[in-house]
Amino acid sequence: MKLHEYQAKSIFADAGIPVPDSRLATSVDEALDAVDEIGYPAAIKAQVHVGGRGKAGGIKIATDREEAEEYAEEILGMDLKGYTVDSVLVEAGVDFVDELYVGVTMDRGEGKPVLMVSTEGGVNIEEVAEENPDAIAREHVDPAFGLHPYQARKVVYEAGVDADVALDVASILSTLYDLYEENDASEIEVNPVMITGDRDVVAADAVMNIDEDALFRQPELAEMAEASYEDDLERKAGEYGFDYVRLSGNVGIIGNGAGLVMTTLDLVDYYGGSPANFLDIGGGAKAERVTQALDMVFSDDNVDAVVFNIFGGITRGDEVAKGINEALEQFDEIPKKVVVRLAGTNAEEGMEILNTDLVEVEKTLEDAVQRAVQNAEEVTQ
Amino acid sequence: MSIFVDDDTRVVVQGITGGEGKFHAGQMIEYGTNVVAGAVPGKGGQEVDGVPVYDTVDEAVEAEDADASVIFVPPAFAADAIFESLDTDLDLAVAITEGIPTQDMAKVNKRLSETDTRLLGPNCPGIITPGEAKLGILPGNIFSEGNVGLVSRSGTLTYQVVDNLTERGLGQSTAIGIGGDPIIGTSFIDALEAFEADTDTDAVVMCGEIGGEDEEQAARFIGEHMDTPVAGFIAGRTAPPGKRMGHAGAIVSGSGTGTAQSKIDALNDAGVPVGDTPEEVADHVEDFL
Repeated sequence: MKLHEYQAKSIFADAGIPVPDSRLATSVDEALDAVDEIGYPAAIKAQVHVGGRGKAGGIKIATDREEAEEYAEEILGMDLKGYTVDSVLVEAGVDFVDELYVGVTMDRGEGKPVLMVSTEGGVNIEEVAEENPDAIAREHVDPAFGLHPYQARKVVYEAGVDADVALDVASILSTLYDLYEENDASEIEVNPVMITGDRDVVAADAVMNIDEDALFRQPELAEMAEASYEDDLERKAGEYGFDYVRLSGNVGIIGNGAGLVMTTLDLVDYYGGSPANFLDIGGGAKAERVTQALDMVFSDDNVDAVVFNIFGGITRGDEVAKGINEALEQFDEIPKKVVVRLAGTNAEEGMEILNTDLVEVEKTLEDAVQRAVQNAEEVTQ
Repeated sequence: MSIFVDDDTRVVVQGITGGEGKFHAGQMIEYGTNVVAGAVPGKGGQEVDGVPVYDTVDEAVEAEDADASVIFVPPAFAADAIFESLDTDLDLAVAITEGIPTQDMAKVNKRLSETDTRLLGPNCPGIITPGEAKLGILPGNIFSEGNVGLVSRSGTLTYQVVDNLTERGLGQSTAIGIGGDPIIGTSFIDALEAFEADTDTDAVVMCGEIGGEDEEQAARFIGEHMDTPVAGFIAGRTAPPGKRMGHAGAIVSGSGTGTAQSKIDALNDAGVPVGDTPEEVADHVEDFL
């Protein structure tokens, strides 16, 4: 789960990390009130979960009130890589002479958190990692002990950060690691950390992602997550508690288990269709969840046809069939054709229950996917 | 023959009095697994399906000589339950629980490196040696005895591929779900190494998915160390970068690592044919045997 920049920065500020003065604004008037308080130059920054906001036109620097108004009007409500901008962060411009990258994340291969520092800040760090991996200094942390303060200093010196600011940067990095642990973060990144002409160190951007599996013990962050849904369907999925990802195609996909649902998406693509979503109803789903899943997929206007693929382990075919019947019997006319494939636990019982006047049935995964792709093609023709 | 579990494995079920634990302990017993004990704090002295319950894993091992555990404990307490298994020096701990915080698993992983216990999972369907023993939630009826080893990150995808194999009379020696989380115990390489050493496994299926670099590392291992033929499958070819596809570990990062294509290429380079569909995976296995 991703936090917005303004949310992450407020967590940083509370922990004592220097951040620029800023206000959140959801209208042009609010943005102008904010610049009046903060002064110029001021950055107007779109608050959406999209990387490369600057390049896409989501960050502008205003040097006077006229520009501030122009940029706020331009950015608020704009479409940024498919996301509508509802709010902007208005932030005091920082007069910097140098930019660094610092981050904390989990190294999956090592199974340990890792600190990262680079003097090539302000640019796409993934490109740096690929083209010049030596430009990023790394230090693994033993999760049983936590961070030793020397490790933060070591990695900062190793990266070649200027000596006069090195200890300030190490102190920020050390605080970031504390925040990483306390908040069950999966990743924290500050790119750039700016060094001013007066040799002050400021966190000018903030990326903070939280481990969704730890939200049960992070109630305040869980509330922020709810505030940050940007798509009505994703919000609905959140309420239902589904693993759901919206894609751009027109074949709706429902299944059980992440690997099998991904495989179903891949097969839709393989047979010439285009998947509209990933929707995993999870293990052991009862009829009600099946009904909710169909409701989700039907409410996506992009969907022209649906494939429902269940291989029951702990999920039972008869429960799934009951749910499909319940969901479809409420319609006078079925909104979108549904192809069902049931296998595994109680699949035969399910096939007996399933109202085949309402759905099409296939025996194998491959056949079910091909039929759904065909159904979608018929709609678009 | 088989790997990791067989007729002799003696199982303690952690969380046997909970809904999932009780149901699946029953299923395991029905399959013929030696479930010798349960362990649930505060429930010592009770019985579930005739299985004695102890307060601690230590007592269960002492009294019933258990050498493996299966963990059905909710996410908030699951890391603690895994530590209990590791500290009791069991041979094998199978963690079924989905949704354990990654930072908890980092601590478990550190402890794991100091013990001789094999951890399978978490967030996995478990392991089955058809006709002998099943530890976990896999539906026993789709498996059949045979000489194909299977290792997979995903549960239901395992069932799909096993179904394709069984349908053609291609039985399995052992099937293992290693789990879909970013930090797991037994890796692809651990399982492949064991299959290579198993004289009754004549072909192996490896089902991977997007995220991380485990499949790439496994491909290198196959190329350098395996004579047993391997067929592959990779889920998530159509997954967009930056989106978590259900499993916490199934995410393509922006920098191009963890993509399906990089995994398929690595496997092909190691001489492993990768099926476009589960059906094609079964075709490849049929060709091997």
